[in-house]
Amino acid sequence: MVKRSNEPFWWALFGAGGVVAALCLPALLFMTGVAFPLEWLAAPDYESLYGLFENPLVRLAILAIVSLSAFHWAHRFRFTLYDGLHIKHLNAPVALFCYGSAIAFTGFAALSLYTF
Amino acid sequence: MSNSGLQPTIDLEVYRYRPEQQAEPTYDTFTVPLRDEWVILDALNYIKDELDGSLSYRWSCRMGVCGSCGMMANGEPVLTCAAFLKSYAPGSIRVEPLANFPVARDLIISMDDFMEKMNRIQPWIITDEEKPLEEGEYLQTPDQVDEYKQFSMCINCLLCYSACPIYGMEPSFIGPAAIALAQRYNLDSRDHGQETRMDILSTDDGIWQCTFVGECSEVCPENVDPAGAIQRYKVTSTNDWWKSKLLPWTSKQ
Repeated sequence: MVKRSNEPFWWALFGAGGVVAALCLPALLFMTGVAFPLEWLAAPDYESLYGLFENPLVRLAILAIVSLSAFHWAHRFRFTLYDGLHIKHLNAPVALFCYGSAIAFTGFAALSLYTF
Repeated sequence: MSNSGLQPTIDLEVYRYRPEQQAEPTYDTFTVPLRDEWVILDALNYIKDELDGSLSYRWSCRMGVCGSCGMMANGEPVLTCAAFLKSYAPGSIRVEPLANFPVARDLIISMDDFMEKMNRIQPWIITDEEKPLEEGEYLQTPDQVDEYKQFSMCINCLLCYSACPIYGMEPSFIGPAAIALAQRYNLDSRDHGQETRMDILSTDDGIWQCTFVGECSEVCPENVDPAGAIQRYKVTSTNDWWKSKLLPWTSKQ
């Protein structure tokens, strides 16, 4: 029997990351980076944001957004390195670096949100 | 190369490789009449008839159906029967054999690799058991035909393999046209070969080499959209992978 690829695991994370990043990040960046500083929209005060983050579902959603975005980056950067630099022979270390970074980042984000 | 002063001309720089005469390829420049209705293939035929009968290239239908006259024109893979000279004028046209394939002679490439890959995906209707003739034909609704019709339009011209940077780097990649052809049968309601083809397609040399550059669909003269076929199959393959890990008792192996 031919060995089927395990690429679908990473590709699924990549695809999910692409979707959440495209849907959420422009809106988040626009609000926190442009609309609030320029006072187009009233910025939420510290207490109400803090209250929002006390809801575990909000923290879970934030974790999903940042973690999946990181896996999206990892997958894309891995192939950018392979195809851009023609370093197919470094397959294992490149994958370890890219996905390892995303996993470490996810762990850091999870810990930060948990101990928040 | 006699041209009256009135007739405009265009230069073709043609890749030449005659393995019995030369170790390295060279380029010959031919000046041909620049006519509004002439395509690159007409110019090559003019060269062969009037200027140099030794020039070798493939062609047959000269109307975008047979898929045999694909070549590189100024670095782009095109069907030369559909590439008008006037769209390159002024300036010369560099005509080369399709990129990413070994050259057999002049503008003729060796198709062996593609023929082997096309066969590997089993491009025919696979049924569990053949229906006896007296039970009549296999019926399909127009919607069922639409599912695969687009992927059945491929003429095997190989422009997509020439345009694919992944195939250029990884010749083991099964490639755009073979995957689109596999989808042509996978999506056919009469076919039951999806599981068999998945062993070929869901591998590192199958769809998972593809990084969705999309050039294959850009150059396809029949709008088959191989890149779309591959993306669609990535979803199928991913669903199957998760199912086999999370619900192992539902998969056959």
